[in-house]
Amino acid sequence: MGMGLLNIWRRGLYTSSARLQMIQGAKPTKRICIVGAGPAGFYAAQLILKQLDDSVVDVLEKLPVPFGLVRFGVAPDHPEVKNVINTFTKTAEHPRLRYFGNLSLGSDVSLQELRDRYHAVLLTYGADQDRQLELENEQQGNVISARKFVAWYNGLPGAENLAPDLSGRDVTIVGQGNVAVDVARMLLSPLDALKTTDTTEYALEALSRSQVERVHLVGRRGPLQAAFTIKELREMLKLPNVDTRWRTDDFSGIDLQLDKLQRPRKRLTELMLKSLKEQGRSSGTKQFLPIFLRAPKAIGPGEMEFSVTELQQEAAVATSSTERLPSHLILRSIGYKSSCVDGAINFDTRRGRVHNIDGRVLKDDASGIVDPGLYVAGWLGTGPTGVIVTTMNGAFSVAKNICDDIAANVFDTSSAKPGYDADGKPVVTWDGWRRINDFEIEAGKAKGKPREKIVSINDMLRVAGV
Amino acid sequence: MLVINTCRAASRLALRSLNLRSPIATRTFSAGLALKTKDVVNITFVRANGDKIKTSGKVGDSLLDVVVNNSVDLDGFGACEGTLTCSTCHLIFKTSDFEKLPDKPGDEELDMLDLAYELTDTSRLGCQIILSKDMEGLEVHVPSTINDARAA
Repeated sequence: MGMGLLNIWRRGLYTSSARLQMIQGAKPTKRICIVGAGPAGFYAAQLILKQLDDSVVDVLEKLPVPFGLVRFGVAPDHPEVKNVINTFTKTAEHPRLRYFGNLSLGSDVSLQELRDRYHAVLLTYGADQDRQLELENEQQGNVISARKFVAWYNGLPGAENLAPDLSGRDVTIVGQGNVAVDVARMLLSPLDALKTTDTTEYALEALSRSQVERVHLVGRRGPLQAAFTIKELREMLKLPNVDTRWRTDDFSGIDLQLDKLQRPRKRLTELMLKSLKEQGRSSGTKQFLPIFLRAPKAIGPGEMEFSVTELQQEAAVATSSTERLPSHLILRSIGYKSSCVDGAINFDTRRGRVHNIDGRVLKDDASGIVDPGLYVAGWLGTGPTGVIVTTMNGAFSVAKNICDDIAANVFDTSSAKPGYDADGKPVVTWDGWRRINDFEIEAGKAKGKPREKIVSINDMLRVAGV
Repeated sequence: MLVINTCRAASRLALRSLNLRSPIATRTFSAGLALKTKDVVNITFVRANGDKIKTSGKVGDSLLDVVVNNSVDLDGFGACEGTLTCSTCHLIFKTSDFEKLPDKPGDEELDMLDLAYELTDTSRLGCQIILSKDMEGLEVHVPSTINDARAA
């Protein structure tokens, strides 16, 4: 109903009386476009809608379905984390928000067109590429990115044919962030624990045939620099039928440094030390093997070679010693980066993000001059770090900058803007997403799953009624 | 999920209209109200800039429930809806109040607090604090976030 009212109101804007009003000084609606319907986009929309009574926010999403990494990144066995979807849904159903799914910046619409049609554009399309090891043989089939593996089990369209080779005993994950730990947990969890999650059916089928018994989690630096957080580690330590085995040498002298550590790092280190002390007391058939102070050196058949490293001022420096680990499958998890989807974006290719200061996109990186009315939030602006609360705070802060800039007339909002014209375009509206959502939940019921995700874009469009 | 949302929205609306009517209710049904106030606990949320938000909850509610039920204006508060998977309902207690809390934080709560901004020795997650009658008049501090940057 809200959308209907809005449309009537919009049409009204073009009648002569409305025009006259505008000429006489009534301020037109502030039109703001957000590109990307992930956490950064939704949190920014939430704040803008609340702060600016006279705004309309359009959210454009490349895929037919919303929620970005909450749907395609968060592990299926962490359904509680996905509760943020309830808040995002409330935002999406705000009468002054329009959702356009299946609309891709760079191919369906250009940045210039959006800037012409909106007073301000906020880019929040995330980070869909991953950093490479830059090693020979990295393009071989037994080396895949953890990002793709996550996309595969979470049903990201295009990732369903990954076919990870799970026929060997040893998997090596390069990197020790929470994505790496998520992947390790998915590989080691008892299948029954995953059957009641929204893990895609084809991934469950592949995991049911998995021969993987040992997962190495390799980091360049030491236990005090471990990138995973304590909740994820505690979960690994509690996994049934899985032994966590640390290397005693990695921890020499670590206990002496405990007193110097801040509480979060201290508690994480204490948990690792406690687990080290207790290891060997239980005997699972599968093993989780965190390994520190090893830097990737070479990829060979069925194995991976690492340089032994030393820490110098917290940086890992390779020594001449090496170690080989049996590695039937190698998963690279050393960070994401963004891609530049439109030539008009001032993109930092080296760091894989958009040049910006506090979310204000820079005209050029050298002068530090801001391009008024163009903003970036989330991983596209900050790089791929932090949990959802980090992205939330960042997105709130950029949204506040947008509101402040409008109040300070940093860019012109005195003339009306039309917004995106979706007439005749194959876009998925919020109602369309609700049809997909209902369909997925219904399809999950029969299997005892919260939902069975639709993976094909064509199927999504069909169900949405596009 | 949507159903839950709708129910919540409905109950919130109901609460709001109750609040609107309460001055009349006080006069007309004062006896009934007296019975009810036995279970009411007054709570004050203090933003980092000093702004005080006075509100109340019922015995048995969590501090997160109090924020949700009263639509207390704290953006992003309670993102995971009380399932101990985020730290957005982080609250800071006075030392004396902190020590009086009946339950000490468990590992899972401490794990999430470790990810919170402005962690203190008297930090707790609001979703884990259940109101009891002896918490009457409790004041808790909300860490400075974008909320306060805006209000300041």
